[in-house]
Amino acid sequence: MSDTPAPATSPIRKTALNAMHRQMGGKMTEFGGWDMPVEYSGIIPEHRAVRERAGLFDVSHMGELAVRGHEALALVQHVTSNDASRLSLDQAQYSGLMTAQGTFVDDLLVHKFTDEHYWLVVNAGNCTKDFSYILAQNHFQAQVDNVSDGYTQLAIQGPRALAILQPLTSIALAPIKYYWFTIGKVLGVECIISRTGYTGEDGFELYFDPEHSEKVWTGLLEAGKSSGILPCGLGARNTLRMEAGMALYGHEIDDTTTPLEAGLGWITKLNKPEFLGQAVIEKQQQEGIRRKLVGFEMTEPGIGREGYPVLIGGKPVGHVTSGGPIPGQNRNVGMAYVPVELASPGAGIEIQIRARTVKAKQVPLPFYKRAR
Amino acid sequence: MAYPSNYRYTKEHEWVAPNGKTAKVGISDFAQNQLGDIVFVELPAVGAELKAGDALGTVESVKAVSEVYAPIAGKVKAINDELAKKPELLNQDPQGAAWMVEMELSDPADVNKLMDAPAYEKFVAEAAH
Repeated sequence: MSDTPAPATSPIRKTALNAMHRQMGGKMTEFGGWDMPVEYSGIIPEHRAVRERAGLFDVSHMGELAVRGHEALALVQHVTSNDASRLSLDQAQYSGLMTAQGTFVDDLLVHKFTDEHYWLVVNAGNCTKDFSYILAQNHFQAQVDNVSDGYTQLAIQGPRALAILQPLTSIALAPIKYYWFTIGKVLGVECIISRTGYTGEDGFELYFDPEHSEKVWTGLLEAGKSSGILPCGLGARNTLRMEAGMALYGHEIDDTTTPLEAGLGWITKLNKPEFLGQAVIEKQQQEGIRRKLVGFEMTEPGIGREGYPVLIGGKPVGHVTSGGPIPGQNRNVGMAYVPVELASPGAGIEIQIRARTVKAKQVPLPFYKRAR
Repeated sequence: MAYPSNYRYTKEHEWVAPNGKTAKVGISDFAQNQLGDIVFVELPAVGAELKAGDALGTVESVKAVSEVYAPIAGKVKAINDELAKKPELLNQDPQGAAWMVEMELSDPADVNKLMDAPAYEKFVAEAAH
């Protein structure tokens, strides 16, 4: 038996909870340059806990970049595809950090603290790259700082997240709308409390001083015990976001894919002031895209995974960007790019799984949508 | 879980349970634990002739795909059909009910080239660090 070895990288970084993860029996793996738990009790039970009850994730490996100054908005608008001018104070927005070619440097969350203070949450493995990139694009009166080391980020996700978190804070959480945040104390620790997450479930993301990491982590697990909360690793985070049809950088999106191809036209506001790559995306919108991200479900035994060739009528047409079994759904699904003229829900495709060509069919994304 | 003392083991975490000219083959408890929840198993055709190191099958967990290799040369005499229906058996009883194939060995003496239980246990303890 053998696994594909993880690529060798420069010094592996650790979150403030690294010792805690090991002590609690987390199975550790390298992810985006960080030593992170992939699972505790298993991806299947952790995935189901988030869908049915609650799960807690350490996502401190994510990066935070602060953009300040009277032209902070101008810089954010210039480098991102969504319209940050639409944000109210205490509101967050999913967006793309764009290349001049209209492809992704990264995807990110833009938070608005004040008119002169925006806060970007970026992917772990891209943080250094994103920071340099934004600095290079900073032809504005804006100050950009990588403030990642100042924050532990925990995500409590699932239908019981609100009920678990509420007794730990005096802030009324129910009025916080999806993609809004507030600042207040949780377990006595000053936090940014954001109603966001990347699991397709209701929940909150907490950002706070790493000094208090173990206190908040154990406090949340203790408070959620009777509700059936589970500590979760990045394995379940991946199956949850895939089931919810959410793109992941390095998989569905990267510096070769545009938002329109990835089905992310909704984060691309072409009528806002100029942003990087806008002209390319405009042109693509007029002329049409050539390929499109679709969902698929295996109709024969087999698991179509990332990188596997996609065939239509025996002819290679693309590749799987993410794929695997969905815990609890008894389906093997995935996402793949196919030529736009062949993208059609219900249409058959084949996935090349090692020596076998295995049948699948295109299905609409997402594979799961929570009731609201 | 202990490693049965009458089995032999490979560095790739397969086990061989010799029984005269035949042997059952599977993956070790360490292997299933590394993989996590197993959801899919592919086995060779009965009658396949394998050399040591040839691909024997594939075990897939939620997260990963792992090739399983033939620990020694021989011919596939039987496969464990139960694994197609219940891949999770590989998590539950990897060194017992979840045997993967039964082989007719080309040379039963080949088994002696593999690690015995104490040697494998030591190997795994080192791999865990």
